[in-house]
Amino acid sequence: MADPMRIRATARDGAVNVKVLMSHEMETGQRKDSSGKLIPAHYIRSVSATHQGKTVLTAQWGPAVSKNPYLEFDFKGGQKGEKVVVTWEDNKGDKRTDEGVIN
Amino acid sequence: MNHSRRKAIKTGGGLLAMLFAAGILKPGDALAQADAFSMKTLAEAMRAIGAQNPAASDAIIIKAPAIAENGAVVPVAVESKLPGTESITLMVEKNPTPLVASFGIPAGTTGSVSTRVKMGQTSDVYALVKADGKFYMAKKEIKITLGGCGG
Repeated sequence: MADPMRIRATARDGAVNVKVLMSHEMETGQRKDSSGKLIPAHYIRSVSATHQGKTVLTAQWGPAVSKNPYLEFDFKGGQKGEKVVVTWEDNKGDKRTDEGVIN
Repeated sequence: MNHSRRKAIKTGGGLLAMLFAAGILKPGDALAQADAFSMKTLAEAMRAIGAQNPAASDAIIIKAPAIAENGAVVPVAVESKLPGTESITLMVEKNPTPLVASFGIPAGTTGSVSTRVKMGQTSDVYALVKADGKFYMAKKEIKITLGGCGG
């Protein structure tokens, strides 16, 4: 199981700014190991963020998103104390869901 | 275009329709997911997401360094001021597969996203924005002094 995401959600001016730091290798499938064999691709393929059950962002990624991906976006209408839930799924079917409280 | 390719496209479409029906995939997710990420040229990748000849727009702003020292971690932010922004897609022209990431922007979410991408070499970075059903684009060159895709 991958390490937890770090999620920071901050309410300001009627919108919520969300910063997410995920922990993932994001292996491209193009690098070779020391014996010259290709290292298989392993990367987060889809991400979704919800607030009060409503989707506020979706993302489809390829392997060219950097290792330990960072994501920042803003949505309108969140209140302090409410939660933002972020889920990712990688190309091997691993999933991780974490939540952050808006402050 | 030959028959087997047409057939493949047709059955592929049927499969997607089934996945939509089953609620496994949402429309919009599917296109990018299916094969656009494996396209090897910018033009192919644009076609695969349905963005042929997108119009250049000043309302799309790419915030990224002009020179990035480390191609493995290049911070890129895209802001779209186009009304009705539905999606933001990032492509790096000279990467082995140009499509990097595609973001779906539901109503209520601001048309701006930031992330960090890998770049193999100095290249133009394209931001494609779908707004009110049409594609628009902006591009910016980012110089790389150390590549991020090699081994």
